[in-house]
Amino acid sequence: MTANELNTPGYEIPDDLKDVVAITTLDKVYNFGRRSSIWPMMFGLACCAIEMIAAQASRYDLARFGMEVMRPSPRQADMMLVAGTVTKKMVPAIVRLYNQMPEPKYVVAMGACASGGGPFKEGYNVVAGIDKFLPVDVYIPGCPPTPQALVYGLIKLQEKIDKQSIKTVRWYQKGADSVETPIPFLGPDLIDPRRIPEIKAKAAELANPPAEAAN
Amino acid sequence: MTTPAVETLDLAAKFAGVTADTRPGYAGWIVPAEALTQFASFVRDELGYDLLSSLTAVDYLEQNQFEVVYHAYKTAGGPGLVFKVQIPRQDPAKVASVTPIWPGAEYQEREAYDLYGIIFENHPDLRRILMWEGFEGYPMRKDWKEAFYEEEAKPLKSRWPEGRHTLAETRVPFGDNVSFKPGFDPEKWTPTDPEELLYATLRKYTSETKDGITTDHVLVNMGPQHPSTHGVFRAVAMLDGEIVVSLKPVMGYLHRNHEKIGERNTFLQNMPYTDRLDYFNSMYNNWGYSLAVEKLLGVAVPERAEYLRVIMGELSRIQNHLILFGMLWNDLGAYFTPALYAFEERELILDIFEAVSGTRMMCNYHRFGGVSRDVDAASLEKIKGLVFERLPRRVEEMNRLLSENEIFVSRMKGIGYLSPEDSIAYSVTGPNLRAAGIPYDIRRADPYGIYDRFEFDIPVRHNSDLLDRYLIRMDEIQQSLRILRQALQQLPEGPVLTGKPQYQVKVPAGEAYGRVEAPKGELGYYVVSNGKGNPYRYHIRTPSFINITSLEKMCVGGKIADFVTILGMVDIVLGELDR
Ligand code: SF4
Repeated sequence: MTANELNTPGYEIPDDLKDVVAITTLDKVYNFGRRSSIWPMMFGLACCAIEMIAAQASRYDLARFGMEVMRPSPRQADMMLVAGTVTKKMVPAIVRLYNQMPEPKYVVAMGACASGGGPFKEGYNVVAGIDKFLPVDVYIPGCPPTPQALVYGLIKLQEKIDKQSIKTVRWYQKGADSVETPIPFLGPDLIDPRRIPEIKAKAAELANPPAEAAN
Repeated sequence: MTTPAVETLDLAAKFAGVTADTRPGYAGWIVPAEALTQFASFVRDELGYDLLSSLTAVDYLEQNQFEVVYHAYKTAGGPGLVFKVQIPRQDPAKVASVTPIWPGAEYQEREAYDLYGIIFENHPDLRRILMWEGFEGYPMRKDWKEAFYEEEAKPLKSRWPEGRHTLAETRVPFGDNVSFKPGFDPEKWTPTDPEELLYATLRKYTSETKDGITTDHVLVNMGPQHPSTHGVFRAVAMLDGEIVVSLKPVMGYLHRNHEKIGERNTFLQNMPYTDRLDYFNSMYNNWGYSLAVEKLLGVAVPERAEYLRVIMGELSRIQNHLILFGMLWNDLGAYFTPALYAFEERELILDIFEAVSGTRMMCNYHRFGGVSRDVDAASLEKIKGLVFERLPRRVEEMNRLLSENEIFVSRMKGIGYLSPEDSIAYSVTGPNLRAAGIPYDIRRADPYGIYDRFEFDIPVRHNSDLLDRYLIRMDEIQQSLRILRQALQQLPEGPVLTGKPQYQVKVPAGEAYGRVEAPKGELGYYVVSNGKGNPYRYHIRTPSFINITSLEKMCVGGKIADFVTILGMVDIVLGELDR
């Protein structure tokens, strides 16, 4: 970021202090720091992860955006790049990893699978999109998205961060500083704890269909 | 071309009770269920079929029977032997396990149990493998329907009722891709621990008493989220200090139901799905599938297309091995720098794939009876530049810089030994089998395509440790380049596809097994057609899944730190392991 971009217009800076002093808002500095060092979690699920690695590697080089530091531990990561098909067997682990990430945290759904199930949506072990469980910030279409598309999506995430304000971001508000998603569990099929009453009602209805449905 | 059946052998005369499979389009032998164990020993010991390539099941709903299908080969080369066991379709459906004869059947039988509910008697460790313990139903049975089930076969008519697309979620009772029995109450449901059976198999190793001193062992879980398991692979190890006492792989975290979806797709619709099996090698995955379907269709492939298949296939092999090297050095602690060199070359190969097929990774290039597109002159020049100039130099440079690095060699030498006999018994194929001194390569043992025209060697190494498994891949790159040079010089002009491109192919009823020497090992497709527009059975025998059977054997007795490298050199890819 150049001094020009950082300076907030409206304040006159004396000529002799130009290029030495910048007047800006706290938000801008705060966001500049965050958007330029988004550390992704080292986390690949399927084919899309290979394109993610390709984006990290020689030709596309995510280091240009400060995103080259892949953290294997969720505690040190800012962004979860869900790169690949989310399966029912894997989703409890993914949600748990998300819960372990400290705020501020972002989720990027890379590829058709993570966004909505993709080519495998109808599969019996496939979750049709990670947004059924986690709040997704950016969706990147493609199967797999090319590294260019991934980079574009990540720039979109940076733009989103630029628009946030320290006054309103949820992790500086009162209350719990991190949003946790209840961890789904594996029963006869995948059970989302938030939907237990719904499942119960529906299953009861299937067992005793209402009278009008019977005839 | 050789078919898997052995026509010259009259097994019916040699073994009482065995009959030839006479259904039209089928081949092989039908073995009575009670004679299976003796028959399998006979086939292995008397006839010399030492390698069990594939074991799978088919659900013949109309005939009310399950059929377990075995494909066995000789590592000495030559055609294979197919035999089948038919059992009534009832619960419990039981058949004897062949794991005591071919230990390589262990995971394949677990898979058939998981997906079809067939119980293999005398199996050492029969648990679900891809789905979790407690999952309701056996999903590959023809009468089992998933939540988003719409119609028996594609193309689907139901997707646009009233001319407008409806979301699958709005059509199903639970509003999501889940289904529960009527009356199911999640609050009253008592959670069973899906891991219980897994830990139970390890519990016998919890402690050990030697010389009157009892040592407690530690249970360590690695994965499914672990930086060096190459994806969502999980291993549970029982450790005595640093030494591995027992180790169980846990998989299914990327089980995407290829086979179930594939049996609903039309034949051609499966082609892009095969790309997503081993997503490093879509070119090679296409090939195995086209081979199987072409056998059923009986179409010939034009000369130029055959050459293009070889060229793309061998390029794919090179970039597969390059990635393996990059990741290996990563795992060993040379963090990222060598991998960047490997990826640089890979990008150049992907450029070619993109130019000829339209995408970098998911090429979807093959068609039944040819390939989808011809290569233009500019791409051909690029390929020549790579094959004749750049790749040999770059690979040599990598070899010179890294292969003799002292730290590298001391981490690799003598680690992860697997004897040649065990390698065969565990159905290990691909470079890892050749690193154990067995020159078994399908390109030579049972040539497909036009591999019989090229001059190349099958590299063999004899120590069967990690270093040899690494070096053999270096050798293979050299041989691939050799094949590529010949193919590029001989490449004829002409059409690349027999007949017109078509979306719906009419496949005659029957079965076929197409297998190729993919970069990771033997990749086989078992396809059964009943004459309709979509395959009745579509099974994939993937090298990653079957090579991993020997993982425990290679790790036990070694240090846990070496597990990562051993796993890396098995060269797994999760899309293919879990399918
Ligand atoms: S979107 Fe496509 S490339 Fe990505 S994980 Fe899904 S199938 Fe693989």
